[in-house]
Amino acid sequence: MTDLAFWIMVALTLGSALVVVLNKNLIYSAVALLFTLIGIAGLYIFLWADFLAGVQVAIYIGGILVLILFGIMLTHKIISVDISHTSIQRTVGTFLALLLIAFLAWVVVRTPWLTSPAIEPQGTVTAIGRSLMTDYLLPFEVASVLLLGALIGAAMLSRRDS
Amino acid sequence: MTVDGLIRWLSGLSGTGEQAWMLLLAALITGIPLFLVLATNAIVAVYVERKVSAFMQDRVGPMGQGAGLHAGKWGLLQTVADALKLLLKEDIIPSAADKKLFIAAPFIIFLAPFLAFSAVPFNQTLEMVDLNIGIFYILAMGSFGVIGLILAGWASDNKWSLYGAMRSAAQIVSYEIPAGLSIISVIMLTGTLSMQGIIEAQTGTRWGFLPNWMVFNNPFSLLAFVVYFISSVAEVNRTPFDIPEAESELVAGFHTEYSGMRWALFFLSEYANMLIVTAVAAIVFLGGWTSPIPGWFSTAGWGLFWFLFKVGFLILVMMWFRWTFPRLRVDQLMNVCWKVLLPLAMLNIFGVGLWALVVG
Repeated sequence: MTDLAFWIMVALTLGSALVVVLNKNLIYSAVALLFTLIGIAGLYIFLWADFLAGVQVAIYIGGILVLILFGIMLTHKIISVDISHTSIQRTVGTFLALLLIAFLAWVVVRTPWLTSPAIEPQGTVTAIGRSLMTDYLLPFEVASVLLLGALIGAAMLSRRDS
Repeated sequence: MTVDGLIRWLSGLSGTGEQAWMLLLAALITGIPLFLVLATNAIVAVYVERKVSAFMQDRVGPMGQGAGLHAGKWGLLQTVADALKLLLKEDIIPSAADKKLFIAAPFIIFLAPFLAFSAVPFNQTLEMVDLNIGIFYILAMGSFGVIGLILAGWASDNKWSLYGAMRSAAQIVSYEIPAGLSIISVIMLTGTLSMQGIIEAQTGTRWGFLPNWMVFNNPFSLLAFVVYFISSVAEVNRTPFDIPEAESELVAGFHTEYSGMRWALFFLSEYANMLIVTAVAAIVFLGGWTSPIPGWFSTAGWGLFWFLFKVGFLILVMMWFRWTFPRLRVDQLMNVCWKVLLPLAMLNIFGVGLWALVVG
């Protein structure tokens, strides 16, 4: 049962990812990205990372994808402009892509992967919260200062009187 | 009565262990009643809204008239007639519209409340799944609604639809923040994200006579409830925050080009969204299925009643808002969110933290 669900998720992720890169219509690519992101959230669940799956949906679908769609919608007649995927230098491109695939495959094979136990861990949220407040407090605070900076910058840019 | 429980029961019956078809069957057994709840909610709520608005404006609303009885006694069949009319209407897709996305958008919008509803506990045992991250899951599923709105507005190829969709998306994305922060201030006290866990933390009494609900817990969580409720009214695009479909400015906003059943799906999701935000308010702040008189009426049957009673009352308050307040302007709407509700929500988190440290 779990295997079947896993392969459905993989097919959803990879299939829609292919549509994202191959479709000529930008807005269809964005919609396909929705399914890729759902698929990745599903893969997180197979790793017992339920909180991370929720974050994936809330941030990538609720935030970033909405922003992408806003960008597409506000661009005048983006559909009639054929800017998406004009391929030049196909031979060199194919060669580089194959090289990248080979490199990634090498990394996948060589990395000593951490495997999580097959039993469901109790309360991932508690563990994440505890490590953010103890071991990873500094990166957490640095990230929040960065976000605060972005917030102030956005407020600054949108001011009418300056 | 969860999906897990059903699968265990099915595998016990057949004796072959857990199979893929059991998951599908269990999902169907729980999913179909869930859809029926959402559909019934829309039918009842539309009737109530017509009647409530009528009484508030000193009218009688839909009524059956004499022997002909065209809408039943007290107009009870009015929504049935409306639903039949919508089913029989011609399905029109504008020729300039992006056909695929135009068709897909209402379904994506309806997906959001339907997925979110699967984590809502109706009473002590009746729910689809009790997730560890329950409340966060419900908040995250709201994202699908925004995507659907944008696609509906864009695919219609109509300037009013596009404006409506943009306003709507901006509004929902903004008001999610004070709503989420208000819920965080409660989670700080319960220490769990699970829906049943949040309700369990609210059983018992406060000062001997009040139920131990979050609204009575401390002044800051009462304020958090007010902030959450205002934000949730804005999140479901209802008056006084219904500028995305302001008739005087935008015809009907993002669903201008939709008609018949496709439009009805928008309507269904609007009422389903109302149900989900009020259910969250009832669970997080008003103790879900717990009884208002601690120790009394606390069986599972009463639990279902109290939950539905609280949700129904909050929906009634939302309708009351609609016929009381005038619509806000776009800039006022954003000001309320970013300059009033957001600082208040931040203050709540600070206050609840202090309260937990000092008072305990």
